[in-house]
Amino acid sequence: MTVETDPAEKFAGYAHPERLVSGDWLEAHLGEPGLVVVESDEDVLLYETGHIPGSVKIDWHTDLNDPVERDYVDGAGFAALLGGKGISRDDTVVIYGDKNNWWAAYALWVFTLFGHEDVRLLDGGRDKWIAEGRPITTDRPAPAPVDYPVVERRDEEIRAFKDDVLAHLGHPLIDVRSPEEYSGERTTAPAYPEEGALRAGHIPSAANVPWARAAAEDGTFKPVVELDAIYRGEAGLVDGEPVIAYCRIGERSSHTWFVLTHLLGFENVRNYDGSWTEWGSTVRVPIVRGAERGEVPAAR
Amino acid sequence: MTESTLPASLAEIRDDFLALEQRDRLEMLLEFSNELPELPARYQEHPDLFERVVECQSPVFIFVEVTDGVVHLFATAPKESPTTRGFASILVQGIDGLPVDEVLGIPDDFPNTIGLTEAVSPLRIRGMTAMLGRTKRQIRERLAA
Repeated sequence: MTVETDPAEKFAGYAHPERLVSGDWLEAHLGEPGLVVVESDEDVLLYETGHIPGSVKIDWHTDLNDPVERDYVDGAGFAALLGGKGISRDDTVVIYGDKNNWWAAYALWVFTLFGHEDVRLLDGGRDKWIAEGRPITTDRPAPAPVDYPVVERRDEEIRAFKDDVLAHLGHPLIDVRSPEEYSGERTTAPAYPEEGALRAGHIPSAANVPWARAAAEDGTFKPVVELDAIYRGEAGLVDGEPVIAYCRIGERSSHTWFVLTHLLGFENVRNYDGSWTEWGSTVRVPIVRGAERGEVPAAR
Repeated sequence: MTESTLPASLAEIRDDFLALEQRDRLEMLLEFSNELPELPARYQEHPDLFERVVECQSPVFIFVEVTDGVVHLFATAPKESPTTRGFASILVQGIDGLPVDEVLGIPDDFPNTIGLTEAVSPLRIRGMTAMLGRTKRQIRERLAA
């Protein structure tokens, strides 16, 4: 059972307004049957310091990643995780988190890999909810476990692997990292730990659009006209052409994937989660340094 | 080898963590986070003395004072970054008041040994390793000065 969508005027211009809810909407619908609120943060302890009443926590590092291989959990793991949190396959899931919904968007993308149909973001995320003085609690819900079906992950539609990127060269790529990472001055985001890429720079021909440009000052998504000017205008994306977005480990590019897919309505967008930590350490893949996009290399 | 050089204060913290279930370890880290000592008055007006731990994902700053061979470690981190605050608090509470030699002898992999890699994830632990490394470097700088 899904819950009605948020009719807020701000969302009306987006390609898929049903993918966003406002604080007003969420506060009014808290506790409604068929609605589960999920917090997903960069900081693994933030939920414990206070969260939206009734919300459950899902952590990207410790819940959604396979603990051994560099991959996401499998169908059985996802079913156990969601069932344990009291989430049914047909529930409406609203995800929110810190840092402009950075990790919340990552969680949403992983939910989408498993085809969970109705999954939305709280526009503005955790900070805006708190700034507006909305309810927060440290009480942890104890949801009754439910049976979530074991659904195999479907990677091919929205996830790109390294070989997919090589085959894609010549079509649009969006590098959502900072200008310093893009140009090759450094391999990690400013103020972030080194995560071990051996080479610096970007994938040839990729346009650099740092992910946070899609967010307004208050952490909400920018209106559709502004997003359009950035992605269709500046970056030159054309409807109908396939796009691949990447960053360092695929988390910031999930945010851009959300913007391109659900807010701007591009239909063939994939997130390359191997991203720079894979590409920048791979033997014999083309790399461009400097602020220019660079030419598409000839196939080797 | 490693065991022999870990100061008793930090060994106790490690043992306390290891005695708990994964989920309770997070609770204890949150308690540490809430217990990060306030800066003494003489440093509250001196942010210039503090060094940013750039390896951490949130703004955390440390400053080391060495007086008569004894180390005092001060740290600040925002309440919105409880994990980083917790890491800083573990080091401040475990290190403050120890002799220089004991602090320099702390194994560099201490953060990986306290049972948090699974609950917090190895990537996040790196921030604490960096804090420990910078603390030791500051001590060496004070001694050389």
